Amino acid sequence: MSLSIEQLAADVRADREVHSARKRPFMRWEWLLLLVVLATFGLNSWASPYFLDPYTLSDLTYNFTEKAIVALPMALLIIAREIDISVAGIMALASVAMGMTAAAGYGLPAIVAMGVLAGLLCGALNGALVTLFKVPAIVATIGTMSLYRGIAYAVLGDKVLKAYPPDFAYFGQGYAFSLVSFELVLFLALALVSGIVLHFTVVGRRIVAIGSNPTAALFSGIRVERYRFWLFTLTGGAAGLASVLLTSRLGSTRPSIAVGWELDIITITILGGVSILGGKGSIVGVVLAALLMGLVTFGLGLLNVPGIVMSIVVGGLLIGVIALPILFRQMRAARRGT
Amino acid sequence: MTEAILTLESVTKSFAGVHALTHGALELRAGEVTALIGENGAGKSTLVKILTGVYRPDGGTIRLRGQPVAVTSAAHARSLGITAIHQEAVVFDDLTVAENIFIEDRPRTRLGAVDWALMATRSRAILKELESDLDPTTPMRQLSVAQKHLVQIARALSVDARVVIMDEPTAALSHREIEDLLAIVRRLRAEGRAILFISHKFDEIEAIADSYAVFRDGAAVGAGRLAQTSRDELVALMVGRPVGQVFPKTEAKIGPPVLEAQGLTRLPEFEGIDFTLRRGEILGIYGLVGSGRSEMARAIFGVSQLGAGHLLLDGQAVRFAHPGQAIKAGIAYVPEDRQSQGAVLTLPIFQNVTLARLGHYAKAGFLSGRKERKTASILAQAMQLKAASLDQNVEELSGGNQQKVVIAKWLATDPKVLILDEPTKGIDVGSKAAVHRFMGALVRQGLAILMISSELPEVMGMADRILVMRRGRSVGLFERATATPETIIRAATDA
Amino acid sequence: MRLHKIDRDVGLFVITLLLLGGVALKFPDFITPRSLADLLDDTAILVLLALGQMLVLLTRAVDLSVAANLALTGMLVALLNQAHPGWGVLPVVILSPLIGALLGAFNGVLVWKLKIPSIVVTLGTLSVYRGAVYVASGGAWVNSNQMSESFLGFIRTQMLGLTVLSWLAVVGVILFALALRLSVTGRNFYAAGGNPGAATYAGIDVGWMQFLAFTASGAIAGLAGYLWVSRFAVAYTDVAQGFELQVIAACVIGGVSISGGVGTVAGVVLGALFLGIIKNALPLVGVSPFWQMAISGLVITIAVILNARGDHSSPRRILEEARP
Repeated sequence: MSLSIEQLAADVRADREVHSARKRPFMRWEWLLLLVVLATFGLNSWASPYFLDPYTLSDLTYNFTEKAIVALPMALLIIAREIDISVAGIMALASVAMGMTAAAGYGLPAIVAMGVLAGLLCGALNGALVTLFKVPAIVATIGTMSLYRGIAYAVLGDKVLKAYPPDFAYFGQGYAFSLVSFELVLFLALALVSGIVLHFTVVGRRIVAIGSNPTAALFSGIRVERYRFWLFTLTGGAAGLASVLLTSRLGSTRPSIAVGWELDIITITILGGVSILGGKGSIVGVVLAALLMGLVTFGLGLLNVPGIVMSIVVGGLLIGVIALPILFRQMRAARRGT
Repeated sequence: MTEAILTLESVTKSFAGVHALTHGALELRAGEVTALIGENGAGKSTLVKILTGVYRPDGGTIRLRGQPVAVTSAAHARSLGITAIHQEAVVFDDLTVAENIFIEDRPRTRLGAVDWALMATRSRAILKELESDLDPTTPMRQLSVAQKHLVQIARALSVDARVVIMDEPTAALSHREIEDLLAIVRRLRAEGRAILFISHKFDEIEAIADSYAVFRDGAAVGAGRLAQTSRDELVALMVGRPVGQVFPKTEAKIGPPVLEAQGLTRLPEFEGIDFTLRRGEILGIYGLVGSGRSEMARAIFGVSQLGAGHLLLDGQAVRFAHPGQAIKAGIAYVPEDRQSQGAVLTLPIFQNVTLARLGHYAKAGFLSGRKERKTASILAQAMQLKAASLDQNVEELSGGNQQKVVIAKWLATDPKVLILDEPTKGIDVGSKAAVHRFMGALVRQGLAILMISSELPEVMGMADRILVMRRGRSVGLFERATATPETIIRAATDA
Repeated sequence: MRLHKIDRDVGLFVITLLLLGGVALKFPDFITPRSLADLLDDTAILVLLALGQMLVLLTRAVDLSVAANLALTGMLVALLNQAHPGWGVLPVVILSPLIGALLGAFNGVLVWKLKIPSIVVTLGTLSVYRGAVYVASGGAWVNSNQMSESFLGFIRTQMLGLTVLSWLAVVGVILFALALRLSVTGRNFYAAGGNPGAATYAGIDVGWMQFLAFTASGAIAGLAGYLWVSRFAVAYTDVAQGFELQVIAACVIGGVSISGGVGTVAGVVLGALFLGIIKNALPLVGVSPFWQMAISGLVITIAVILNARGDHSSPRRILEEARP
């Protein structure tokens, strides 16, 4: 039987026209971010005469591309109401996997494949913990964060792996063309794909629906657990890929590689306007936030501010961008109330 | 007439410029049950929250025994002797019965420490007063919904509340449990307490209330003695317009079987259920809460898995591992809980409507917003959805309109079989009638509807045949022509 | 459920004993009174921090900033002691919980008044506080020779066979057990996290309870800052880096529900001791210290799997607003 919706409409007489004219609300957060990015850019070029140099700008991109590559699937994961705190641990383990593959004398393709594969496996384990064993994601990945980095330490101890073939350096140090790094091109391509998937496809809509109301999504025929599992796996894979880039850029593997990066990655995601409560977020926002983080930390670097002090800025940024709008809203409401 | 304990005079409240209450007036008397009646959005919950100190009114006067008072907090309301029992049992599952009863004011020893022994003793005494032998040291989690309501009432008694507000206390209770609850309400009334009883069910109101107050669109539109007022008058007051037939059952041509169930079993939820659902038919499933109705529907739909039995769809054996497969096969399921299972509140209307069949609106995975909006627009018109735009988030709609969106979502999947689980629970009279009318239109088109409902008038008014379930088993199948409320109730209960 | 919870604590107790016995079978020295006292001394800080974290978890929040708070407060009191060695240990003992409480209250205000999810707030303050250690010290270390004798000696003082540090943990455990069972505020932590909506109706201000929990957790972290710096006789920027995970692990192993409202003091203590035993036994058994992180990661992962089996409540409640 085929139900004719048109006939139904005629059958039950409508007494009211429903319009679909209203457009999506103006994406205020993204515009605000863009303004801050431009302001920071201006501030940087004013503070340092070397900033506007093409080589400096090219260098700048290395400051955020690796983290941003992980922030993309992280955004999808957080939109789906999950989170992965173990990404930096995954990067360490993936780096160790690559180092050992290189030490065993395998060639470039095997090394890169090993890094990504290790990431995918770690991500799949996270996904299995959350979907099969029903462990809350935050707890599960706090556990595996120690597990993955712990394994890296256990395997490597205080040793360093650096038997990488010379052409391995391309991923983290090479240029796709002119002064545009391979990393940047890869990031932009991945961002484009993520954005299209999230905002224009069935898969993206389902991710948003899962994050907005998992039960209603399940009842609507969406395979919620399957989506969750693959999102964790994807995030792990992205962490593996980022590990390829970072290891290639550094030229060596230490177990302490990428320590604390989970904070930066999650900060980029939240700063980009992704709601920690799920169901909301845009890839444009995440890309802008990554750029902003890169600009801020790079600018501070130009001013010879040590790395650890930058963490104050990063942490302050994370709290500030969320707290200030709420604060303004409350103040406005209070003023209107009196 | 006895003295008025609590009086409200033109109480107003608005949120961000939206008026929730424009003229809240009410008079509660000692030893009387006052029914508060009104459609959803009439301002009942706002009124309760003002009385219990959750909201502060913008204007108007609340008088307690003639003296004007301002209820500043939940604790203040309690100290004034006003307490509320809420629709969903608002309890602490991980605490004991005793601590739940005394959560607002735990007994203390001279040193100020929580006195657990005294708490248990006093709980036992209060529970005994309510003729319950519940052990106060039982964790709340192990209690049934009805027992949890009892504990809430015990909480009201523990502070000797003179004003007891009951906000749809029977919504989740079975027939037997409602009887027990009403008996307790009568006892509270006999003790001289003033009771505000909020309910959508006229049978209960007529059974328990002495007087009534009707709210519409945030204002009190009528009040009086219940004995002198007819049901039709109350309904007219509620909706502000005369309502026609409450259940517009229209005859549809009944065709061949669409869905056949043979010995459906999922222990311990339900066992050995047989039924046949035919084209153009509404098969009602009636039973008390806990009789396994919704569990069976979920197993048919693939949310959970059948333990045994066969399901035939158009004569073909089917079994669904996941709701997605059921949807593809032509089964739609409007779940019981609109807000948590049905709608995605933070998504726009049109995205809710298309959610269960997204592939239909996409080419190579890319969604077409135009196609989505077209379907949503047609269904919204058909369902008489009241919304400013299809891009409005579902959370901004009233309960009735949210339910219409959920039903529209399922119709958009082009189903052969529509399972409706409590389709009109907690929605206003106007939306209820619209849903019922729409069901009639659907079966005329040849859809087969399986309707689960706890409301006997709804089942008897809408269904062609009625399957009664009790404790997970099918205990009778009644034809519309021969069914009476008595035979159905008798089958559904042990009586 | 209460029975179930006690059963769980008993189970964990038996497992902890078995672990202890297993190690002792091979290394009888491990369970001499002397080494047990050492074990307690070594685990005391973890026990204290886990108690504070439990309060926060009970209210459906999480405090990731405890280790950074510890490092910052520890550095500040070490600098104070370095500048005024003559003032003795008393100002340090008084000031460290106060500084910590301030840092914790900052978390608490953001969660309470601005309703920002606690994981976001404390992820942010974690890095702010850690960076502030560097700013305060200029990146320099405070070494044992720059610490006064009383600063170092106080927690090492022996009383009835245990160090003052151990006694602090014992007193903390007793205080928490009493307060959570017998005080109204203590009970309200369970109510606020167990069902925030119902708690609001019962006149309990859920946001305020979260604020209290963060402040208490911060105060403990501050005191632990002094204890840590004194015990290891050094203060620097990376002190206790990542220790917040051990603290949360102790709670999770101890059966504190990440979804709020469930947890016992006994469970948390056992959880902390369990981790402490593993840490102290590893070198004995001849496992390289580099394995320690992997093993505790494994233990945490297994513990959360076991916990999740019995926990039917919805996951990730911690990321949702604990508001009605």
